[in-house]
Amino acid sequence: MIEGKNKSSIIRMFHVNKNYGAKKALVDITLDIPKNELLFISGPSGAGKTTLLKLLYLGEAVSEGQVLIEGMNLSRISSKRIPLLRRKYGIIFQDYKLIATKTVFDNVAIVLEAIGKKRRFIEKKVKSVLRTVGMEDSLHSLPLSLSGGEQQRIAVARAVVGDPKIILADEPTGNLDEDSADIVLELLKRFHARGATVIIATHDKELIRKTGGRVIHLNQGYLQKTTTV
Amino acid sequence: MIFYYKRALQDIIDHKFLNAITIITIAISILIVSAFSLFFVNANEIINSWKKGIRIMAYLKPGVPEVKIPELKQKIKRINGIQDVRFIPKSKALQLLKKQMKRQSSLFENLKENPLPDAFEIRLIASSQNQDKVEIIATRLESFPQVDEVEYGKKWLGRFTNFFNLFRLIGYAMGGLFFMAAVLIVANTIRLMLYSRREEVEIMRLVGATDRFIKAPFYIQGLIQGTFGGIIGITILFITFMFISSSVDQGFSPGLFTIKFLSPGAFFGIILYSMFVGWIGCYISLKQFLK
Repeated sequence: MIEGKNKSSIIRMFHVNKNYGAKKALVDITLDIPKNELLFISGPSGAGKTTLLKLLYLGEAVSEGQVLIEGMNLSRISSKRIPLLRRKYGIIFQDYKLIATKTVFDNVAIVLEAIGKKRRFIEKKVKSVLRTVGMEDSLHSLPLSLSGGEQQRIAVARAVVGDPKIILADEPTGNLDEDSADIVLELLKRFHARGATVIIATHDKELIRKTGGRVIHLNQGYLQKTTTV
Repeated sequence: MIFYYKRALQDIIDHKFLNAITIITIAISILIVSAFSLFFVNANEIINSWKKGIRIMAYLKPGVPEVKIPELKQKIKRINGIQDVRFIPKSKALQLLKKQMKRQSSLFENLKENPLPDAFEIRLIASSQNQDKVEIIATRLESFPQVDEVEYGKKWLGRFTNFFNLFRLIGYAMGGLFFMAAVLIVANTIRLMLYSRREEVEIMRLVGATDRFIKAPFYIQGLIQGTFGGIIGITILFITFMFISSSVDQGFSPGLFTIKFLSPGAFFGIILYSMFVGWIGCYISLKQFLK
Protein backbone atom coordinates (compact mmCIF):
# COMPACT_ATOMS: atom_id res chain seq x y z
CA MET A 1 0.00 0.00 0.00
CA ILE A 2 1.28 3.48 -0.82
CA GLU A 3 0.99 5.80 2.16
CA GLY A 4 -1.06 8.93 1.36
CA LYS A 5 -1.66 7.98 -2.28
CA ASN A 6 -2.94 10.96 -4.18
CA LYS A 7 -3.25 11.86 -7.83
CA SER A 8 -1.46 15.19 -7.42
CA SER A 9 1.59 13.72 -5.68
CA ILE A 10 4.70 15.81 -5.69
CA ILE A 11 6.89 13.16 -4.04
CA ARG A 12 6.61 9.38 -4.40
CA MET A 13 8.86 6.75 -2.86
CA PHE A 14 8.65 3.09 -3.89
CA HIS A 15 10.21 0.38 -1.72
CA VAL A 16 13.14 2.57 -0.85
CA ASN A 17 16.07 1.10 1.05
CA LYS A 18 19.13 2.93 2.22
CA ASN A 19 22.11 1.06 3.62
CA TYR A 20 25.39 2.36 5.03
CA GLY A 21 27.49 -0.76 4.69
CA ALA A 22 25.78 -3.41 6.75
CA LYS A 23 23.66 -0.86 8.62
CA LYS A 24 20.13 -0.42 7.32
CA ALA A 25 19.12 3.24 7.65
CA LEU A 26 15.81 2.92 5.78
CA VAL A 27 13.93 -0.26 4.97
CA ASP A 28 11.28 -0.65 2.29
CA ILE A 29 9.79 2.83 2.53
CA THR A 30 6.83 3.45 0.24
CA LEU A 31 5.32 6.89 0.55
CA ASP A 32 3.26 9.34 -1.42
CA ILE A 33 3.22 13.05 -0.57
CA PRO A 34 0.58 15.23 -2.23
CA LYS A 35 1.22 18.79 -3.30
CA ASN A 36 0.79 21.40 -0.57
CA GLU A 37 0.81 18.85 2.25
CA LEU A 38 2.26 19.67 5.65
CA LEU A 39 3.86 16.39 6.65
CA PHE A 40 5.80 15.43 9.74
CA ILE A 41 8.38 12.68 9.82
CA SER A 42 8.62 11.61 13.40
CA GLY A 43 10.77 9.19 15.32
CA PRO A 44 13.60 8.94 17.78
CA SER A 45 17.23 9.75 16.97
CA GLY A 46 18.62 7.25 14.45
CA ALA A 47 15.14 6.41 13.12
CA GLY A 48 16.11 7.53 9.58
CA LYS A 49 14.37 10.94 9.44
CA THR A 50 17.39 12.89 8.17
CA THR A 51 18.33 10.08 5.78
CA LEU A 52 14.87 10.19 4.26
CA LEU A 53 15.15 13.93 3.68
CA LYS A 54 18.63 13.49 2.17
CA LEU A 55 17.27 10.98 -0.32
CA LEU A 56 14.77 13.58 -1.48
CA TYR A 57 17.36 16.25 -2.31
CA LEU A 58 19.98 13.72 -3.42
CA GLY A 59 22.25 14.40 -0.50
CA GLU A 60 22.40 10.61 -0.58
CA ALA A 61 21.48 8.10 -3.26
CA VAL A 62 19.01 5.30 -2.59
CA SER A 63 20.43 1.78 -2.24
CA GLU A 64 17.26 0.19 -3.65
CA GLY A 65 13.87 1.40 -4.78
CA GLN A 66 12.83 4.60 -6.50
CA VAL A 67 12.13 8.19 -5.57
CA LEU A 68 10.10 10.40 -7.90
CA ILE A 69 9.89 14.16 -7.53
CA GLU A 70 7.19 15.64 -9.77
CA GLY A 71 7.55 12.51 -11.87
CA MET A 72 11.35 12.88 -12.13
CA ASN A 73 13.06 9.61 -11.20
CA LEU A 74 16.02 10.50 -9.00
CA SER A 75 17.80 7.22 -9.78
CA ARG A 76 18.09 8.29 -13.41
CA ILE A 77 18.87 11.95 -12.94
CA SER A 78 22.17 13.11 -14.46
CA SER A 79 24.63 14.96 -12.21
CA LYS A 80 24.10 18.10 -14.33
CA ARG A 81 20.40 18.14 -13.44
CA ILE A 82 20.92 17.79 -9.68
CA PRO A 83 21.16 21.60 -9.18
CA LEU A 84 17.85 21.97 -11.06
CA LEU A 85 16.26 19.40 -8.74
CA ARG A 86 17.55 21.20 -5.66
CA ARG A 87 16.04 24.47 -6.80
CA LYS A 88 12.64 22.87 -6.21
CA TYR A 89 13.53 22.73 -2.52
CA GLY A 90 14.10 25.09 0.34
CA ILE A 91 16.06 23.23 2.98
CA ILE A 92 16.25 24.13 6.67
CA PHE A 93 18.74 22.43 8.97
CA GLN A 94 18.88 22.06 12.72
CA ASP A 95 22.33 23.68 12.74
CA TYR A 96 21.15 26.44 10.32
CA LYS A 97 24.11 25.98 7.94
CA LEU A 98 24.63 29.68 7.38
CA ILE A 99 27.91 30.91 5.90
CA ALA A 100 29.67 32.53 8.85
CA THR A 101 31.77 34.90 6.73
CA LYS A 102 28.83 36.31 4.77
CA THR A 103 26.26 38.83 5.92
CA VAL A 104 22.62 37.94 6.47
CA PHE A 105 21.78 39.54 3.12
CA ASP A 106 24.47 37.54 1.29
CA ASN A 107 23.42 34.29 2.97
CA VAL A 108 19.91 34.67 1.63
CA ALA A 109 20.92 36.22 -1.70
CA ILE A 110 23.15 33.27 -2.61
CA VAL A 111 20.09 31.21 -3.63
CA LEU A 112 19.05 33.78 -6.20
CA GLU A 113 22.62 34.46 -7.32
CA ALA A 114 23.05 30.75 -7.97
CA ILE A 115 20.13 30.78 -10.39
CA GLY A 116 21.40 33.91 -12.13
CA LYS A 117 18.80 36.46 -11.00
CA LYS A 118 19.51 40.15 -11.62
CA ARG A 119 21.02 42.20 -8.81
CA ARG A 120 18.05 44.57 -8.53
CA PHE A 121 15.60 41.68 -8.28
CA ILE A 122 17.80 39.96 -5.67
CA GLU A 123 17.94 43.06 -3.47
CA LYS A 124 14.19 43.55 -3.61
CA LYS A 125 13.34 39.90 -3.02
CA VAL A 126 15.84 39.30 -0.20
CA LYS A 127 14.70 42.41 1.68
CA SER A 128 11.09 41.38 1.26
CA VAL A 129 11.71 37.86 2.60
CA LEU A 130 13.79 39.15 5.50
CA ARG A 131 10.91 41.48 6.35
CA THR A 132 8.56 38.49 6.33
CA VAL A 133 10.75 36.62 8.85
CA GLY A 134 11.23 39.78 10.89
CA MET A 135 14.96 40.13 10.22
CA GLU A 136 15.02 43.19 7.97
CA ASP A 137 17.11 45.14 10.49
CA SER A 138 19.94 42.58 10.41
CA LEU A 139 20.79 42.81 6.71
CA HIS A 140 24.44 43.54 7.27
CA SER A 141 24.97 41.43 10.39
CA LEU A 142 27.09 38.32 10.39
CA PRO A 143 25.21 35.17 11.41
CA LEU A 144 27.34 34.49 14.49
CA SER A 145 26.33 37.85 15.94
CA LEU A 146 22.68 36.68 16.04
CA SER A 147 20.84 34.39 18.45
CA GLY A 148 19.95 30.80 17.51
CA GLY A 149 16.33 31.74 16.85
CA GLU A 150 17.38 34.64 14.63
CA GLN A 151 19.81 32.44 12.72
CA GLN A 152 17.07 29.90 12.11
CA ARG A 153 14.79 32.67 10.81
CA ILE A 154 17.56 33.61 8.36
CA ALA A 155 17.77 29.95 7.37
CA VAL A 156 14.01 29.96 6.78
CA ALA A 157 14.36 33.12 4.69
CA ARG A 158 17.06 31.44 2.63
CA ALA A 159 14.86 28.37 2.20
CA VAL A 160 11.88 30.32 0.88
CA VAL A 161 13.53 33.14 -1.08
CA GLY A 162 13.58 31.10 -4.28
CA ASP A 163 9.83 30.31 -3.97
CA PRO A 164 10.45 26.55 -3.74
CA LYS A 165 7.70 24.03 -4.27
CA ILE A 166 8.92 21.90 -1.38
CA ILE A 167 10.33 22.97 1.99
CA LEU A 168 12.37 20.34 3.83
CA ALA A 169 13.03 21.13 7.47
CA ASP A 170 15.29 18.86 9.47
CA GLU A 171 14.67 19.40 13.21
CA PRO A 172 14.09 23.12 12.53
CA THR A 173 13.35 23.90 16.17
CA GLY A 174 15.76 21.41 17.71
CA ASN A 175 18.20 24.08 18.93
CA LEU A 176 15.66 26.78 19.75
CA ASP A 177 13.86 27.96 22.87
CA GLU A 178 10.07 27.74 22.88
CA ASP A 179 9.38 31.30 21.70
CA SER A 180 11.87 31.08 18.84
CA ALA A 181 10.52 27.65 17.91
CA ASP A 182 7.00 29.08 17.74
CA ILE A 183 8.14 31.88 15.43
CA VAL A 184 9.87 29.43 13.08
CA LEU A 185 6.86 27.13 13.12
CA GLU A 186 4.52 30.01 12.32
CA LEU A 187 6.72 30.95 9.39
CA LEU A 188 6.64 27.39 8.06
CA LYS A 189 2.85 27.31 8.38
CA ARG A 190 2.63 30.63 6.56
CA PHE A 191 4.69 29.35 3.60
CA HIS A 192 2.59 26.17 3.60
CA ALA A 193 -0.51 28.33 3.41
CA ARG A 194 1.01 30.06 0.37
CA GLY A 195 1.14 26.72 -1.46
CA ALA A 196 4.43 25.05 -0.57
CA THR A 197 4.67 21.38 0.38
CA VAL A 198 6.33 21.35 3.79
CA ILE A 199 8.04 18.28 5.23
CA ILE A 200 9.31 18.59 8.78
CA ALA A 201 11.50 15.93 10.36
CA THR A 202 11.23 16.16 14.12
CA HIS A 203 11.18 14.11 17.28
CA ASP A 204 9.33 16.92 19.08
CA LYS A 205 5.77 15.64 19.77
CA GLU A 206 4.69 19.02 21.13
CA LEU A 207 5.60 20.70 17.86
CA ILE A 208 3.47 18.16 15.97
CA ARG A 209 0.60 18.57 18.37
CA LYS A 210 0.66 22.37 18.01
CA THR A 211 0.74 22.29 14.24
CA GLY A 212 -1.31 19.27 13.20
CA GLY A 213 -1.11 17.29 9.98
CA ARG A 214 -0.16 13.88 8.71
CA VAL A 215 2.64 12.21 10.63
CA ILE A 216 4.71 9.27 9.48
CA HIS A 217 6.47 7.44 12.26
CA LEU A 218 9.88 5.93 11.60
CA ASN A 219 11.75 3.60 13.89
CA GLN A 220 15.12 2.05 13.12
CA GLY A 221 14.58 2.71 9.43
CA TYR A 222 11.09 1.17 9.24
CA LEU A 223 7.91 3.11 8.53
CA GLN A 224 5.90 1.98 11.54
CA LYS A 225 2.64 3.85 11.10
CA THR A 226 0.96 6.94 9.71
CA THR A 227 -1.30 9.08 11.84
CA THR A 228 -3.10 12.36 11.45
CA VAL A 229 -3.04 14.88 14.26
CA MET B 1 30.56 37.48 -15.55
CA ILE B 2 31.08 40.70 -13.60
CA PHE B 3 29.46 38.94 -10.66
CA TYR B 4 32.04 36.12 -10.88
CA TYR B 5 34.88 38.65 -11.01
CA LYS B 6 33.50 40.46 -7.97
CA ARG B 7 33.27 37.18 -6.06
CA ALA B 8 36.79 36.21 -7.11
CA LEU B 9 38.19 39.58 -5.98
CA GLN B 10 36.29 39.36 -2.72
CA ASP B 11 37.71 35.86 -2.16
CA ILE B 12 41.22 37.16 -2.79
CA ILE B 13 40.67 39.94 -0.23
CA ASP B 14 39.21 37.46 2.27
CA HIS B 15 42.14 35.05 1.87
CA LYS B 16 45.01 37.50 1.44
CA PHE B 17 47.70 35.33 2.96
CA LEU B 18 46.98 32.19 0.92
CA ASN B 19 46.71 34.25 -2.23
CA ALA B 20 49.96 36.10 -1.50
CA ILE B 21 51.78 32.77 -1.03
CA THR B 22 50.44 31.50 -4.35
CA ILE B 23 51.35 34.69 -6.20
CA ILE B 24 54.88 34.67 -4.74
CA THR B 25 55.35 31.02 -5.71
CA ILE B 26 54.22 31.69 -9.26
CA ALA B 27 56.43 34.79 -9.39
CA ILE B 28 59.52 32.79 -8.32
CA SER B 29 58.91 30.04 -10.84
CA ILE B 30 58.23 32.57 -13.59
CA LEU B 31 61.41 34.44 -12.61
CA ILE B 32 63.50 31.27 -12.94
CA VAL B 33 61.88 30.11 -16.18
CA SER B 34 62.10 33.55 -17.79
CA ALA B 35 65.71 33.99 -16.60
CA PHE B 36 66.57 30.81 -18.49
CA SER B 37 64.66 32.12 -21.53
CA LEU B 38 66.57 35.38 -21.34
CA PHE B 39 69.88 33.53 -21.19
CA PHE B 40 68.96 31.38 -24.21
CA VAL B 41 67.81 34.36 -26.25
CA ASN B 42 71.11 36.18 -25.67
CA ALA B 43 73.35 33.11 -25.96
CA ASN B 44 71.65 32.19 -29.23
CA GLU B 45 72.15 35.71 -30.50
CA ILE B 46 75.85 35.61 -29.66
CA ILE B 47 76.36 32.17 -31.21
CA ASN B 48 74.57 33.23 -34.39
CA SER B 49 76.70 36.33 -34.73
CA TRP B 50 79.85 34.26 -34.20
CA LYS B 51 78.69 31.68 -36.71
CA LYS B 52 78.30 34.37 -39.35
CA GLY B 53 82.00 35.10 -38.94
CA ILE B 54 83.15 31.53 -39.55
CA ARG B 55 85.77 31.34 -42.32
CA ILE B 56 88.36 28.82 -43.29
CA MET B 57 91.92 29.76 -44.21
CA ALA B 58 93.72 27.33 -46.53
CA TYR B 59 97.50 28.10 -46.57
CA LEU B 60 99.36 26.92 -49.66
CA LYS B 61 102.71 25.20 -49.82
CA PRO B 62 105.59 27.38 -51.02
CA GLY B 63 106.21 27.36 -54.75
CA VAL B 64 102.70 26.79 -56.05
CA PRO B 65 102.84 28.43 -59.51
CA GLU B 66 100.66 31.49 -59.94
CA VAL B 67 99.06 30.00 -63.07
CA LYS B 68 97.66 27.12 -61.03
CA ILE B 69 95.86 29.44 -58.62
CA PRO B 70 92.64 30.05 -60.70
CA GLU B 71 92.27 26.31 -61.31
CA LEU B 72 92.69 25.55 -57.61
CA LYS B 73 90.25 28.32 -56.74
CA GLN B 74 87.63 26.72 -59.03
CA LYS B 75 88.20 23.32 -57.43
CA ILE B 76 87.66 24.77 -53.98
CA LYS B 77 84.53 26.62 -55.12
CA ARG B 78 83.03 23.35 -56.30
CA ILE B 79 83.12 21.92 -52.77
CA ASN B 80 79.64 21.68 -51.34
CA GLY B 81 78.80 24.40 -48.82
CA ILE B 82 81.23 27.05 -50.02
CA GLN B 83 79.87 30.53 -50.61
CA ASP B 84 82.91 32.52 -51.60
CA VAL B 85 86.64 31.92 -52.16
CA ARG B 86 89.20 34.71 -52.15
CA PHE B 87 92.88 34.33 -52.97
CA ILE B 88 95.21 36.30 -50.72
CA PRO B 89 98.75 36.39 -52.14
CA LYS B 90 101.49 36.41 -49.56
CA SER B 91 102.49 40.00 -50.52
CA LYS B 92 99.01 41.25 -49.71
CA ALA B 93 98.94 39.21 -46.51
CA LEU B 94 102.15 40.94 -45.39
CA GLN B 95 100.71 44.36 -46.22
CA LEU B 96 97.62 43.56 -44.15
CA LEU B 97 99.78 42.33 -41.28
CA LYS B 98 101.88 45.48 -41.36
CA LYS B 99 98.72 47.56 -41.35
CA GLN B 100 97.35 45.69 -38.36
CA MET B 101 100.63 45.89 -36.44
CA LYS B 102 101.55 49.52 -37.11
CA ARG B 103 103.03 49.99 -33.66
CA GLN B 104 105.35 47.03 -34.06
CA SER B 105 106.53 48.10 -37.56
CA SER B 106 110.18 47.71 -36.51
CA LEU B 107 109.62 43.94 -36.46
CA PHE B 108 109.19 43.95 -40.22
CA GLU B 109 112.17 46.17 -41.06
CA ASN B 110 114.78 43.43 -40.91
CA LEU B 111 112.77 40.83 -42.83
CA LYS B 112 114.82 39.54 -45.78
CA GLU B 113 111.93 37.74 -47.37
CA ASN B 114 108.16 37.44 -46.86
CA PRO B 115 107.60 34.59 -44.39
CA LEU B 116 103.85 34.39 -45.02
CA PRO B 117 102.32 31.81 -47.38
CA ASP B 118 99.79 32.37 -50.15
CA ALA B 119 96.33 31.54 -48.92
CA PHE B 120 92.68 31.15 -49.77
CA GLU B 121 90.06 32.73 -47.55
CA ILE B 122 86.91 30.63 -47.77
CA ARG B 123 83.45 31.70 -46.55
CA LEU B 124 80.65 29.22 -46.08
CA ILE B 125 76.94 29.26 -46.87
CA ALA B 126 74.65 29.65 -43.80
CA SER B 127 73.63 25.98 -43.61
CA SER B 128 77.31 24.94 -43.48
CA GLN B 129 78.10 27.17 -40.54
CA ASN B 130 78.28 24.44 -37.98
CA GLN B 131 81.06 22.44 -36.46
CA ASP B 132 80.46 19.17 -38.35
CA LYS B 133 80.24 20.70 -41.82
CA VAL B 134 83.22 22.96 -41.25
CA GLU B 135 85.30 19.91 -40.36
CA ILE B 136 84.20 18.03 -43.50
CA ILE B 137 85.09 21.00 -45.71
CA ALA B 138 88.45 21.41 -43.94
CA THR B 139 89.30 17.75 -44.54
CA ARG B 140 88.49 18.15 -48.24
CA LEU B 141 90.75 21.19 -48.44
CA GLU B 142 93.60 19.36 -46.72
CA SER B 143 93.38 16.65 -49.38
CA PHE B 144 94.56 19.09 -52.07
CA PRO B 145 98.32 18.56 -52.61
CA GLN B 146 98.92 22.31 -52.92
CA VAL B 147 97.41 22.98 -49.50
CA ASP B 148 99.85 23.00 -46.63
CA GLU B 149 97.61 23.78 -43.70
CA VAL B 150 93.95 24.51 -43.07
CA GLU B 151 92.89 26.69 -40.22
CA TYR B 152 89.36 27.32 -39.08
CA GLY B 153 89.60 29.26 -35.87
CA LYS B 154 86.98 29.15 -33.20
CA LYS B 155 87.22 25.41 -32.72
CA TRP B 156 85.98 26.24 -29.26
CA LEU B 157 82.73 27.31 -30.89
CA GLY B 158 81.81 23.63 -31.16
CA ARG B 159 82.52 23.09 -27.52
CA PHE B 160 80.51 26.16 -26.61
CA THR B 161 77.60 25.01 -28.79
CA ASN B 162 77.62 21.65 -27.04
CA PHE B 163 77.71 23.37 -23.67
CA PHE B 164 74.89 25.65 -24.77
CA ASN B 165 72.79 22.69 -25.91
CA LEU B 166 73.39 20.94 -22.59
CA PHE B 167 72.43 24.10 -20.77
CA ARG B 168 69.29 24.34 -22.88
CA LEU B 169 68.34 20.79 -21.91
CA ILE B 170 68.89 21.65 -18.25
CA GLY B 171 66.78 24.75 -18.83
CA TYR B 172 63.91 22.73 -20.27
CA ALA B 173 64.12 20.27 -17.38
CA MET B 174 64.24 23.08 -14.82
CA GLY B 175 61.38 24.88 -16.59
CA GLY B 176 59.34 21.67 -16.50
CA LEU B 177 60.11 21.09 -12.83
CA PHE B 178 59.27 24.64 -11.84
CA PHE B 179 56.09 24.47 -13.90
CA MET B 180 55.02 21.33 -12.02
CA ALA B 181 56.05 22.81 -8.67
CA ALA B 182 54.09 26.00 -9.34
CA VAL B 183 51.04 24.05 -10.53
CA LEU B 184 51.11 21.80 -7.45
CA ILE B 185 51.50 24.74 -5.09
CA VAL B 186 48.65 26.63 -6.76
CA ALA B 187 46.55 23.46 -6.63
CA ASN B 188 47.31 23.03 -2.94
CA THR B 189 46.56 26.65 -2.14
CA ILE B 190 43.22 26.45 -3.92
CA ARG B 191 42.56 23.16 -2.13
CA LEU B 192 43.29 24.83 1.21
CA MET B 193 40.89 27.62 0.28
CA LEU B 194 38.28 25.08 -0.73
CA TYR B 195 38.71 23.18 2.54
CA SER B 196 38.39 26.38 4.52
CA ARG B 197 35.16 27.01 2.63
CA ARG B 198 33.87 23.48 2.24
CA GLU B 199 30.74 24.30 4.25
CA GLU B 200 30.05 27.27 2.00
CA VAL B 201 30.56 25.11 -1.10
CA GLU B 202 28.26 22.45 0.39
CA ILE B 203 25.58 25.06 1.10
CA MET B 204 25.89 26.46 -2.41
CA ARG B 205 25.34 22.98 -3.80
CA LEU B 206 22.32 22.44 -1.54
CA VAL B 207 20.66 25.63 -2.74
CA GLY B 208 21.00 24.52 -6.34
CA ALA B 209 24.20 26.24 -7.43
CA THR B 210 25.72 24.63 -10.50
CA ASP B 211 29.36 23.49 -10.50
CA ARG B 212 30.04 26.32 -12.94
CA PHE B 213 28.71 28.86 -10.44
CA ILE B 214 30.95 27.40 -7.73
CA LYS B 215 34.04 26.94 -9.89
CA ALA B 216 34.07 30.15 -11.93
CA PRO B 217 35.38 32.45 -9.16
CA PHE B 218 38.16 29.98 -8.36
CA TYR B 219 39.25 29.84 -11.99
CA ILE B 220 39.21 33.65 -12.14
CA GLN B 221 41.29 33.70 -8.94
CA GLY B 222 43.76 31.29 -10.55
CA LEU B 223 44.05 33.51 -13.61
CA ILE B 224 44.49 36.64 -11.46
CA GLN B 225 47.13 34.88 -9.35
CA GLY B 226 48.90 33.76 -12.53
CA THR B 227 48.81 37.25 -14.04
CA PHE B 228 50.15 38.96 -10.91
CA GLY B 229 52.74 36.21 -10.37
CA GLY B 230 53.89 36.56 -13.97
CA ILE B 231 54.09 40.36 -13.84
CA ILE B 232 56.00 40.32 -10.53
CA GLY B 233 58.39 37.61 -11.81
CA ILE B 234 59.14 39.50 -15.03
CA THR B 235 59.49 42.81 -13.19
CA ILE B 236 62.11 41.31 -10.85
CA LEU B 237 63.88 39.83 -13.88
CA PHE B 238 63.79 43.21 -15.66
CA ILE B 239 65.28 45.02 -12.65
CA THR B 240 68.01 42.36 -12.38
CA PHE B 241 68.58 42.62 -16.12
CA MET B 242 68.98 46.40 -15.98
CA PHE B 243 71.50 46.04 -13.19
CA ILE B 244 73.50 43.31 -14.96
CA SER B 245 73.37 44.93 -18.40
CA SER B 246 74.73 48.23 -17.04
CA SER B 247 77.59 46.26 -15.38
CA VAL B 248 78.27 44.43 -18.65
CA ASP B 249 78.37 47.70 -20.59
CA GLN B 250 80.88 49.09 -18.14
CA GLY B 251 83.01 45.94 -18.11
CA PHE B 252 83.21 45.32 -21.86
CA SER B 253 83.97 47.58 -24.73
CA PRO B 254 80.70 48.93 -26.09
CA GLY B 255 79.41 47.19 -29.20
CA LEU B 256 81.30 43.95 -28.57
CA PHE B 257 77.98 42.44 -27.67
CA THR B 258 74.73 43.87 -26.45
CA ILE B 259 72.51 41.85 -24.17
CA LYS B 260 68.84 42.15 -24.96
CA PHE B 261 65.72 41.79 -22.80
CA LEU B 262 62.84 39.56 -23.82
CA SER B 263 60.78 40.69 -26.79
CA PRO B 264 57.19 41.94 -26.21
CA GLY B 265 55.98 38.66 -27.75
CA ALA B 266 58.01 36.60 -25.27
CA PHE B 267 56.84 38.87 -22.44
CA PHE B 268 53.17 38.22 -23.26
CA GLY B 269 53.95 34.55 -23.82
CA ILE B 270 55.36 34.30 -20.31
CA ILE B 271 52.34 36.11 -18.83
CA LEU B 272 50.04 33.69 -20.67
CA TYR B 273 52.14 30.77 -19.41
CA SER B 274 51.84 32.15 -15.90
CA MET B 275 48.06 32.49 -16.25
CA PHE B 276 47.96 28.92 -17.48
CA VAL B 277 49.89 27.81 -14.37
CA GLY B 278 47.23 29.49 -12.20
CA TRP B 279 44.39 28.02 -14.20
CA ILE B 280 45.70 24.44 -14.33
CA GLY B 281 46.40 24.55 -10.57
CA CYS B 282 42.74 25.44 -10.01
CA TYR B 283 41.57 22.81 -12.44
CA ILE B 284 43.45 20.04 -10.63
CA SER B 285 42.22 20.92 -7.14
CA LEU B 286 38.62 21.64 -8.21
CA LYS B 287 38.44 18.37 -10.08
CA GLN B 288 39.50 16.49 -6.95
CA PHE B 289 37.41 18.55 -4.53
CA LEU B 290 34.12 18.67 -6.43
CA LYS B 291 34.01 15.00 -7.41
